[in-house]
Amino acid sequence: MFTFTSPNYEPFVWPFSIGMSALLVYITIKYIKWIYEFDKANRVKILKGLFSLGTLRSVKEIFLESLVHRKIYRENPMLGYMHMCFGLGWALLIIVGHLESSIYQASWANTPYYSIFFYYFLPAGADYWGHEVFGFLMDLILLMILSGLFIAWGKRWYSRIVGMKKTTKQRPYDRLVKGVLWSIFPLRFLAESMQSAITGHGSFLTHSTGEFFASFLPVETLSYPLWWAYSLSLGIFFLLIPGSRYMHIPTEMVYIFLKNWGVKLDVKLGPNGELKGLSKFEIYSCSRCGICLNQCQLLSSLNNQSTQPVYFLRKVREDVERGNDINNCLMCGRCEEMCPVDIDLNALRMMQRQDHSVVTDETYSYITTNKEYSGCAKVAYFAGCMGHLTPGVIASMRKIFNKAGVEYHFVDEGGGVCCGRPLRLSGNRAAADVLMQKNSDRIVATGAEILVTSCPICYKSFKEEYALPIKVMHHTEYINMLMDCGALNIRKGKERLVFHNPCELGRGCNVVEAPLRVLDGAGEIVATEFDGRASLCCGGSLANTVISPIERGRIAADALSRYTCSDPDCVVTACPLCKKNFAKVNQPVPIRDIAEVVAERC
Amino acid sequence: MMKSVVIIGGGVAGCKAAVELASIGYRVTVVEKECSLGGNLNNWDRLFPDGKRASCLVDALVSDVEKRGVTVLTNVEPEKVELIDDCYNILLSDKGLLKADAVLITTGFTTFNAQRKEEYGYGIYRNVITSVDLENIFAANLLSREIGCVGMVHCVGSRDEKCGNMYCSKVCCITAVKQAIELKQMLPNAEIFCFYMDMRMFGPGYEELYREAQEQYGIKFVRGRVSEASEDSEGRVAIKVEDTLVGRPMRMKLDRLVLMVGMEPSPGTNRLAKLFGVEMRESGFIRGVDPHMGANITNVDGVFVAGAATSPMNTTDTINDACAAVLQIDKYLRK
Amino acid sequence: MVSFGFSILPTRAIEYDKNDKGCADYVALHVPSSSACIGCGGCSATCSAGNFTEFNIRKIQMLMKRGENQLYMEQLHKCMLCGKCLAVCPRGVDTRGMILAMIEYMRKK
Repeated sequence: MFTFTSPNYEPFVWPFSIGMSALLVYITIKYIKWIYEFDKANRVKILKGLFSLGTLRSVKEIFLESLVHRKIYRENPMLGYMHMCFGLGWALLIIVGHLESSIYQASWANTPYYSIFFYYFLPAGADYWGHEVFGFLMDLILLMILSGLFIAWGKRWYSRIVGMKKTTKQRPYDRLVKGVLWSIFPLRFLAESMQSAITGHGSFLTHSTGEFFASFLPVETLSYPLWWAYSLSLGIFFLLIPGSRYMHIPTEMVYIFLKNWGVKLDVKLGPNGELKGLSKFEIYSCSRCGICLNQCQLLSSLNNQSTQPVYFLRKVREDVERGNDINNCLMCGRCEEMCPVDIDLNALRMMQRQDHSVVTDETYSYITTNKEYSGCAKVAYFAGCMGHLTPGVIASMRKIFNKAGVEYHFVDEGGGVCCGRPLRLSGNRAAADVLMQKNSDRIVATGAEILVTSCPICYKSFKEEYALPIKVMHHTEYINMLMDCGALNIRKGKERLVFHNPCELGRGCNVVEAPLRVLDGAGEIVATEFDGRASLCCGGSLANTVISPIERGRIAADALSRYTCSDPDCVVTACPLCKKNFAKVNQPVPIRDIAEVVAERC
Repeated sequence: MMKSVVIIGGGVAGCKAAVELASIGYRVTVVEKECSLGGNLNNWDRLFPDGKRASCLVDALVSDVEKRGVTVLTNVEPEKVELIDDCYNILLSDKGLLKADAVLITTGFTTFNAQRKEEYGYGIYRNVITSVDLENIFAANLLSREIGCVGMVHCVGSRDEKCGNMYCSKVCCITAVKQAIELKQMLPNAEIFCFYMDMRMFGPGYEELYREAQEQYGIKFVRGRVSEASEDSEGRVAIKVEDTLVGRPMRMKLDRLVLMVGMEPSPGTNRLAKLFGVEMRESGFIRGVDPHMGANITNVDGVFVAGAATSPMNTTDTINDACAAVLQIDKYLRK
Repeated sequence: MVSFGFSILPTRAIEYDKNDKGCADYVALHVPSSSACIGCGGCSATCSAGNFTEFNIRKIQMLMKRGENQLYMEQLHKCMLCGKCLAVCPRGVDTRGMILAMIEYMRKK
């Protein structure tokens, strides 16, 4: 393979070649090991997926997300461009470089290093098809990468240029690897420029820079050491990848394939509490871009800088003590929503919460599942625990049912049983299962066909964890349905309304359109930066078992101030817990539930 | 030349300070945003501990104000303030301009909006009212004779992290005792319950009144915070509370639930503190430079504060506080 | 020691000096807000579990603070962790966190 006397060989190719080969061997072994740990169902999915549309979708996704970084563009165009420069830029450099060298050699089977160091091997005056176009393209791509590098460098000093309030705190090793990465492209640029002054290749960038250098530097002596430096930086970078965040570069691509083939995250830990299967791929796919930092209200309101996924996943990956970080999360899903790699951040944290529940015959034996209701209402209404602390919501729902002429049965009128989701969120899955079964029996025993709940926490739980044989609706959806079928008519007012979509409803269950359609009939909706799936957490989340009520109040105050900056007449929400938590903040704009807004207009 | 003092807020503190300042020779102007003097007392029927009519006290204060030749401007609020040569130039909402050598802020308190404690159902259930509503019912003599059972909930909007008010409003405990006695006087057969966290009977005659309520009127005091209320089909209010001294949850139905609403700094207090650059406490009340020796002196030279604008205060203390502020202003203006 | 043939009955008092305050110390450390409780009973009045059973969160945490562990250990698992108590506590005590901390302590022991 290596022809040591060939004109296409120089000793400086060794660092690159060794680094790359070592990396390839390392990741291949790693990935095979991880995939070997998959359970059978997931392994079957891989086999079936290989020759399915999922493979094509993956290629598309890799292009859009790993290279172009489309999702980051949505967060901030400048940040997106920066990531694209590295992702797409580097990929193009490799592809176009390979294409160019292949055309010159009239062969596709070159040694990998040949195309990387092509301009060194290219003799002066070489003429081949399209060499001017290629020269121009390669310079353009290099310029793009260098511009990204410039932004990345600027971001370290002033992160607001890419719309980020905080950037990831890096450790010395990470900084070292980044330093090596950041040196690769300037070194290539310098090496190519100097080479260009000697052989005359290159285009607007490298050639003109080369000419400039030649005017005062001994380019003939400088060029060769620079190629060495370039190769060394590449080789060192590849060797450093396994312990660094840049493992995301190869892992992310494999993860995208696995995801598109339908491989599911195994939510149980191994016997010794270790991660299994897809979660390994997910954890190594985190590029520590720090976009989650920007989303996290524990950072913006409480200045916590250790629990965010970027740090949490690093701790999981290195298997160091996570302490309170496991529990110190609102599970609002804002980070997951914006994660450019689509990592199941909540699930990865959730699985670390240990189940301490001891289930016996006595567990929740005080809850009876006897049939208490003998009516024949087809609609069952479940206010939820917190709903009993917001009687305004219950009173409004009663009025709405009556106005629409719906016969209903109020399941938890006398104070109900918890839906079990708070228990599950605390990690106590086994006890939650018992509670859910009891509650499920009680609900089924009512004989209703539709279960309407006012609480998004209950709603998510009923919908995803209960497997109820009846239709489950949140009251926003139900009201929307009543309005659609003409059973409920409301008067449109002039009030300017801001809608705060509760985490479990919007991001959690993707109910985004229904509340807006309802409110559109009630008043004038004022758009904010935090609408729909981008909504803020009220701070009341029961998923967090660490922060104090006072800290919850601070999160609520910060969130409210962002919803009220356009000076609306009313902030509308759709969750009793959010409403209660917002009520802590004394401020002039009333906080109302969507049911209350509808009830006073029907 | 006669030095002038502008008093902002014509409640008890404002009126009393105006009278005393005028009596020692200052030119005094009272600025009141409502149409008449008296402040929160206008919304009250009788005062503890002696059952005096609030209107009597207001009338006495207003007649003194008139006698002393105090200028009273009603329906106006300060809009802009400028300090020119040690003199405050206050631009009013009616475009009038006042010049003051010293300013006294007596903007007082506002009662807590009970709708923020949604679990008690104020504004949702017909038979849940506030202590202010009850005073108005007493004043208008509108109390229903059909009432058999009444519950009074202490600490609504006070000592409550859930509405951001950590402080004690001081007057609600004694108000509950006073109102419970009045209710019992009007409805001898009714059962009256007070649900309290702590009974804070700090004033002269308060503890005696508490004892009288128990012994003479048979009012029942239950130590437990009401957690939530609901309404039955007849409109009666069902409450959930724990009788903590028995150690068991208690459920009961009431004909009326009276919420003893606490005090919050009035919007005027907040606005004026910002207008004059006066330092506020975390609670939003105005902070004096020293809790003992400078309770009426603010961090801004020539700006003083008195009454419930500094912290929750009963009428007696408000009147005394106003007099104390007058002495501080006099000392300042003599310099 | 001379035996007189009878013994003094154990008192009903909380034997504070003898009691094990390990759990109390653990909760005080991990849930600092727990110290702010004034025993108003808001939590126990609203409690979803207390609606059905003798589970009384206010009593449990008081007993815990006095080291009377044997009196409440069996009760802890009755809590549904619904968080209603958290939403009513006027002192801002992390009541739900207290229960979780007690369970955690008992488990570690």
